[in-house]
Amino acid sequence: MNSQHIRCFLESTENLFSTMLSSSVEFAKPEMQHRDAKHHDICGIIGLSGDLVGSVVIGLPTETAVNAVEAFVGMRIEPENADFPDAIGELANIVAGGAKAKMEGGSISISCPSVVIGTDYTIQRPLKSSSVRIPCRSPFGRFDLIVCITAPLEAAKAA
Amino acid sequence: MKTLIVDDSNTMRMIISSTLKKLGGHEIETACDGKDALSKAVSFKPDLVLLDWNMPNMNGLEFLKAFRAAGVKTPVIMVTTEAEKERVIQAVQAGANNYLVKPFTADQLAKRVEDTLTKLKAA
Repeated sequence: MNSQHIRCFLESTENLFSTMLSSSVEFAKPEMQHRDAKHHDICGIIGLSGDLVGSVVIGLPTETAVNAVEAFVGMRIEPENADFPDAIGELANIVAGGAKAKMEGGSISISCPSVVIGTDYTIQRPLKSSSVRIPCRSPFGRFDLIVCITAPLEAAKAA
Repeated sequence: MKTLIVDDSNTMRMIISSTLKKLGGHEIETACDGKDALSKAVSFKPDLVLLDWNMPNMNGLEFLKAFRAAGVKTPVIMVTTEAEKERVIQAVQAGANNYLVKPFTADQLAKRVEDTLTKLKAA
């Protein structure tokens, strides 16, 4: 994973906020994420495969997620509603899809989104490569982008 | 105008549907994947299709190929996160009339619909 990869995810997130959320987002300095780190209450997860493998996670506290979904869909949707995880998954899908398009050199596919809603859990990845957490701040509240990607050869070596 | 929105995300169907309703003049039907869309297209007979790419069961490209193979000339606008140039070429070769990358603003969606219909009227 290099800084260009991280930049792709940041630009894609900015693009999502400025278009479909009619808002803005600011990023703090990226930092390494420990494997056993706890996540926010709500996570949208997208897997990447092809010339790069790994995952991107958007982790949000419930309040941030509810606010962001309201801006996205145009109506308030509570986490208990079936449309809520669908909206979180679509937000993650748009961020990952936008980043994928910006990454140069190679073919990358993204998975259908998975959404986790809960407390006190960790997300284990089969890759031994490191994860980078980018703390984000928006008018909807704070949230995190967690990016874990590597080349397939490096992933095979690390496994 | 009868518009068929095809997307596996219910929230995305809601967002697109809401934008078109605000524009006015759209009678809307929705489908959750390509198979569902093929079935709905028979009964609904859309004048316009807004089509996602990545969907389970039958993806947007597969739907588009089947739709065109059946001789249907209804305009199709791809609305997808797939933004790479190769993907756009693939879609156009399969019969897409226009292409809109997610994320988009309501204005961008409205303009893409308008442009597509204007081009068809002029043809």
